[in-house]
Amino acid sequence: MPNPTRIEINCETGEETVIELTDAEVAELAAQAAEAAIRKAEEDAAREAQAALKASAKAKLIAGQPLTAEEADTLVI
Amino acid sequence: MPNTFELIASSTVGAGGTANITFSSIPSTFTDLIIKLSARSSDSATSAGVVMQFNGSSSSLSYRLLEGDGSTAASYNGTTGRVGVTDAATSTASTFGSLEVYIPNYAGSTNKSSSTDSVQETNATTAYADLSANLWSNTAAITSIALTLQAGSFVQYSTAYLYGVKNA
Repeated sequence: MPNPTRIEINCETGEETVIELTDAEVAELAAQAAEAAIRKAEEDAAREAQAALKASAKAKLIAGQPLTAEEADTLVI
Repeated sequence: MPNTFELIASSTVGAGGTANITFSSIPSTFTDLIIKLSARSSDSATSAGVVMQFNGSSSSLSYRLLEGDGSTAASYNGTTGRVGVTDAATSTASTFGSLEVYIPNYAGSTNKSSSTDSVQETNATTAYADLSANLWSNTAAITSIALTLQAGSFVQYSTAYLYGVKNA
């Protein structure tokens, strides 16, 4: 099965060439994708945790209950 | 476009897609460069990150990125060539994300900074918009720029335009 391809545009000549990726390039892309997936999972988890803290802070504020320091950080700039 | 902008090269992805779009042999006769990208990834996700590398190098790269998702905003940083976000296979059909990179003084002898704004176009509630500051800590003149996706390949009809900007 052939490797994915890349397009290379030579800006001097205007020539566009379709080149099959080397095995090393394919491996680099795969490693990049794996790292990106891990990072995205971390970012999504952090965003969800921040949203949960903010929701909790808002609920406590309305109920007149004390906020934790982390909850207060979501409201105070 | 302002009359100091000049189209250097462009590409439209054909059937079958491509994993990488590279502009090579970039002339040193301009002051700055601008890339305009309209892209969609083949990855089975709603969005995909866009990566930019100079002169075939994947080292000495860093970014600081501000991202909004339609209801919250967050900031991230890292040591890759991540510049922004675009659509992927499960976002609204036939819809492409937009991304623009500004690369000042690309042929100079200082480290190469760039700024990028990008948006994911979708009808979903969650839609990403990124603003990124990127740095390639290398003083070499930029002669090639490679665009890839963090996951998947650029699908057919994705386009990339490279413009040169002159300071007069």
